[in-house]
Amino acid sequence: MGYPHPSDPKETVVLSKYFGDPEARTYDGWVKRGGYEALRKALGMTREAIVEEVKASGLRGRGGAGFPTGLKWSFMPKDVVKPHYLVCNADESEPGTFKDREIMRWTPHALIEGCAIAAHAIGAERCYIYIRGEFTEPWKVMSAAVREAYAHGALGANAFGSGRRIDIVLHRGAGAYICGEETAMLNSIEGKRGNPRIKPPFPAVAGVFGMPTTVNNVETLAAVPHIINRGAAWYKSLCLGNAKSTGTKLISICGHIQRPGNYEVTMGTPMKEILYDMAGGPPAGRTIKAVIPGGSSVPIMTREEAEAALFDYEGIIEQGSMLGSAGMIVMDDTTDMVYQIWRLARFYAHESCAQCTQCREGTAWTTRVLARILAGQGKQEDYQLLLDLAENMTGKTICVLSDSCAAPVVSGIRKFKDEFEAYIAGAREPALAAV
Amino acid sequence: MSVHSAHGGADTATGPYRPVFTGETRTRLEELFARYPTKQACLLPALWMVQEERGWISEPAIGEVAEVLELTPAYVKGVVTFYTMYHTHPVGRHFIQVCTTTPCNICGAEEVVRSILAATGCGELGATSPDGRFTVMEVECLGACGFATAILVNDDFIESVTPDKVPGILARYP
Ligand SMILES: Cc1cc2nc3c(=O)[nH]c(=O)nc-3n(C[C@H](O)[C@H](O)[C@H](O)COP(=O)(O)O)c2cc1C
Ligand code: SF4
Ligand code: FES
Repeated sequence: MGYPHPSDPKETVVLSKYFGDPEARTYDGWVKRGGYEALRKALGMTREAIVEEVKASGLRGRGGAGFPTGLKWSFMPKDVVKPHYLVCNADESEPGTFKDREIMRWTPHALIEGCAIAAHAIGAERCYIYIRGEFTEPWKVMSAAVREAYAHGALGANAFGSGRRIDIVLHRGAGAYICGEETAMLNSIEGKRGNPRIKPPFPAVAGVFGMPTTVNNVETLAAVPHIINRGAAWYKSLCLGNAKSTGTKLISICGHIQRPGNYEVTMGTPMKEILYDMAGGPPAGRTIKAVIPGGSSVPIMTREEAEAALFDYEGIIEQGSMLGSAGMIVMDDTTDMVYQIWRLARFYAHESCAQCTQCREGTAWTTRVLARILAGQGKQEDYQLLLDLAENMTGKTICVLSDSCAAPVVSGIRKFKDEFEAYIAGAREPALAAV
Repeated sequence: MSVHSAHGGADTATGPYRPVFTGETRTRLEELFARYPTKQACLLPALWMVQEERGWISEPAIGEVAEVLELTPAYVKGVVTFYTMYHTHPVGRHFIQVCTTTPCNICGAEEVVRSILAATGCGELGATSPDGRFTVMEVECLGACGFATAILVNDDFIESVTPDKVPGILARYP
């Protein structure tokens, strides 16, 4: 089922099959659609067998970094000496991304099932699902579904009579993009400010409450029941491009596009098909100027790059960007690139947790220099200043928020320099008041 | 913990402080203790409860939360101020958050902000309208970018907002 548009024949509908189907939100409705069979099956499997199956499927983390999920699970200690935890990252705050929200709104039991299977696989008794504070509707739907799952014995002290305890606790965020970074999230759950932690130690060694922890994205976990049900070989066969990118991927498309929304495609689908055939291309009479393919934290692609790319981890790198969270922001020929790059820089400056000097100062300065250019007060030296700032913000900080601010600036200057030039040369009306 | 709807009885800056964690709210907090290995971990949920009951988080409320969770008020304040959704000042009866991040921005979010500011009489961002009815804030991405412009009124997520829809939306919040 497509949502909010009908499914396109070119989609491969696995995770999104029941988007828009209210009955799928209920326990009974979910069971009628084959739900909870994967959890029953997984509870009869050993931890190792589940981890091996997920490894063999090729599933990679859908939160942005694309780390192999089975491998991540295998880092958890084999013997459960101290409590283990699973943390599900439902903070979805990356501009351009709105897929996890639909999973939670329409198929809450898919996520619960995925969490329960993952918890079993990593030896955890408790899973915290960290839902961003603004997601009021997903929160309500998830709360009702968790209650139902307990009432039907899928969760609790003896999950489906397996003797395994699996608890799920929903934890509400309170407005902070940085809490999507996994170690900031762990601090936030502990009742602290959401500052990312220095790694190592990695969460598998010392995570939430100092205990071995695995953090996974909503979409990653929602894919797990399908792998258990239909097998790693099936999942792996969903691949049109590079063999290292398997399965289906939810793509959120927004901005200047005829049919915005979520689309689910097999990894390796040509981006051109996604942009034009599925999402209908730009509004009538306009052309696409730029695409940010993986949420706002990845380099900006030109139309030519976007149209040439295959949509998978490697295909997008080949065309100069990254798959990230697969939140695709489409900008047409009416877009003021300098203004929007400034707006993105302002986002990162606002969201910096301010622990690292390069990030705190770099995001703020970048925003100020861009504002100056937009106010018609830019100088030729500003290009170098912005690039130097970006250089100092890349690879030098506790987390990659700082790098994320640099990505659109550097790619923007490189690919859309004429637009910067127009402001600096005074050929374009200032877009901001002088500072 | 439930998500709150419209803000409840506002805390007053004057008069004696009425504790939040009594009766049913106290019970709900104590139920939470079982879900986390430390009391400190109940801080975000406890702050949500305060805001749900009082509409904002006052200094005395910070003191109360610190006491029930065995933390210091300075520590609690440090956490409160990190997160943008906790109000450290009273806000209007209806709190409006408008997303203006790039995806919404290129679809006209700044015009939506201007029309909301004008229609509510708030005049500027962060200010409360003279009738105490609305406070409007610009916020970063609300995670609904395909349905620009996304706004939150109290706990109601409203999508695809355009300036012409603003009066109709505001009328639903007396
Ligand atoms: C600044 C920042 C913000 C992030 N925000 C999110 C987010 O909102 N959701 C998410 O799943 N991952 C986010 N991540 C990635 C997480 O740190 C982590 O890699 C991910 O949750 C791991 O899950 P996965 O392996 O299943 O993808 C963010 C990372 C950074 C650096
Ligand atoms: S890079 Fe920025 S957001 Fe990340 S830890 Fe450092 S200051 Fe905080
Ligand atoms: S940019 Fe407005 S909801 Fe994401």
